[in-house]
Amino acid sequence: MTANPVNQISTAESDTNDRPGPPLWLLAELTYRCPLHCAFCYNPIGFDQVKNEIDTDTWLKVLREARKLGSVQCGFSGGEPMLRDDLEVLVAEARQLGFYTNLLTSGVGLNEKRARGLKDAGLDHIQLSFQDSTRELNDFLSNTKTFGLKQKVAALIKDHDWPMVMNCVIHRLNIDVIDKIIDLALELGAETLELANTQYYSWAMLNRDQLLPSKKQIERAEKITAEYRERYSDRIRILFVVPDYYENRPKRCMNGWGNVFLTITPDGTALPCHTAKMLPELTFPNAKDQSIESIWYDSEAFNHFRGKSWMKEPCRSCPEQDDDLGGCRCQAYMMTGDPYAADPVCSKSPERHHVDQAIARATQLPAPNPQEHKLVFRDPKASGKLSEGRDGAAILLKR
Amino acid sequence: MASETIDKTGIVKISNGYRLQFEEAQDTWVLLYPEGMIKLNQSAAEILRRCDGERNIESVIELLEKDFEQTGLENDVVGFLSVALEQNWILIASA
Repeated sequence: MTANPVNQISTAESDTNDRPGPPLWLLAELTYRCPLHCAFCYNPIGFDQVKNEIDTDTWLKVLREARKLGSVQCGFSGGEPMLRDDLEVLVAEARQLGFYTNLLTSGVGLNEKRARGLKDAGLDHIQLSFQDSTRELNDFLSNTKTFGLKQKVAALIKDHDWPMVMNCVIHRLNIDVIDKIIDLALELGAETLELANTQYYSWAMLNRDQLLPSKKQIERAEKITAEYRERYSDRIRILFVVPDYYENRPKRCMNGWGNVFLTITPDGTALPCHTAKMLPELTFPNAKDQSIESIWYDSEAFNHFRGKSWMKEPCRSCPEQDDDLGGCRCQAYMMTGDPYAADPVCSKSPERHHVDQAIARATQLPAPNPQEHKLVFRDPKASGKLSEGRDGAAILLKR
Repeated sequence: MASETIDKTGIVKISNGYRLQFEEAQDTWVLLYPEGMIKLNQSAAEILRRCDGERNIESVIELLEKDFEQTGLENDVVGFLSVALEQNWILIASA
C-alpha cells in the first residue's frame, strides 16, 4: 500500500454549477488482505471486517462502466492486489478498454510467471513500495522479511521493460536517511521516486506521535532531495510529497470531493477518497447495486461535499476557498469531530491548535527504534480489537 | 536556441511508458504516463501523433506541412519537441 496516488492529475476542473467532469482516476482496491503490516497504512482500521470481496464479474462491470464515463487512469491496489488470482483478467480488460493500467504493489507474489501474465495482459506500469533503504528498517516497518524480495522484484520489473515508480512512505524513522533511500532508487533503476510523507489517517493516525517528523527534519530532507534532483535530473524524477501539518493552508484534498477521483473498495463500496468511509452520516453506494454513472453523478454521498455549498465559516467567506476547497473532510472530522469544519491545518481554523499540539507532542518524544517502540502494526487482530467490529471505524482525537 | 540542441535527422518516438490516445469523454488527445495525464492542445497532439518511431524529425515537419498545407512550421515543431524531450515524453534516436 502506498500514499495518495492522485496528486499528478491536476487537470479537469469542474465548475460547481455544472455537471462535474468524469472520474478520471479509478482506484480499484481489490483486497484489504496484505502480507505486510505497515504501521502507516491508510486502509481502514476495520479492514478485517470486510470479508465479502466482490467477484471478477463485478470488477469487470466496474471497469467497463467507469471507462464509459471517461475514467482513464486505473490503479490496481489494496491491500496487496497480487493476492487476487484474477488480477491478470482484470488488467487485460482494463487495458483493452483503453485504461492506462497501474499496479501498486509491495512486490510480494510478483514472480516471473505472474509478471509474464501481467505483461501479456498489457499492464502499463508498476509502482513498487519500499519501506526503507535498509533490510533492517524495511523489514521492521512492514513487520515482515521482504527487503530481499523487493530487490528481486525491482529487477523483474526492469527485465520486463516496465516503467518503475518506487514509492517510499516517509516518517520520523526513515526521514534522516532519505539520501540512502534515493541511492537505492537510483541503484534499482526507478524512473520515478515518490517520497511520500506519511498522511495521518487510519493506522498512521494511531501511530502519529511516533511517526511525525520535526520541521527541521523535513527541511533537511527537502534540501537533500533538491540536491539529488539537480544532480540526477536525467536519470530520475523525484517527487517529495510534503506533510500538510507544517503548512498554513490545507491541501486540496483529492483535488475536490467527487471531482476526479473514485475508489472502489474490496466489497464494492464506492468512495470519493480511500479514507472517506470513516465520515459519519454518509451512506456510500455500492457498485454491486448501482451503475458507476449513477454513483458518480446522482448519489447523495458523492454530491454531499462536492463544490462549496456545504461550507461553513471560516471557509464560507474565505477568498481562498477555491484554492483548497476547505481541505480534507476526514482530517477535519478526526481532529475536530465535525466533518464540515475547516481542515484544522489551516491557520484560519479556530481548531489549528490540534495540529500544533500533535507536532509538539511528537517532537518531544524520543524517536522510536526497532528495539523500543509502541507502534501498532496493521494486522487482522489489531483491526478487530480497535474497530469493535465496524468497518468504517474512525480514530477520533476529539469527540 | 532550441533548434540547435535537437538533431533533426533523429528518429523520434513516444517514450517507453507513455501512451498517446484520444479521449472521447474529454474530446481531446492526452498523453498518459504512470499515474498521470497531460491534456494536449491540437498542435501538440498533431505533432506527437506523427512521432511513430519510424520517421525522423525532418519528415515529421514535412508531413505536418503537407497535411496542413502550410510552410515554415519548423521552429514551432522543433520548439515543442525540445520541451517534450525535456519532459521525457519523447525519445530521439540518432540516425
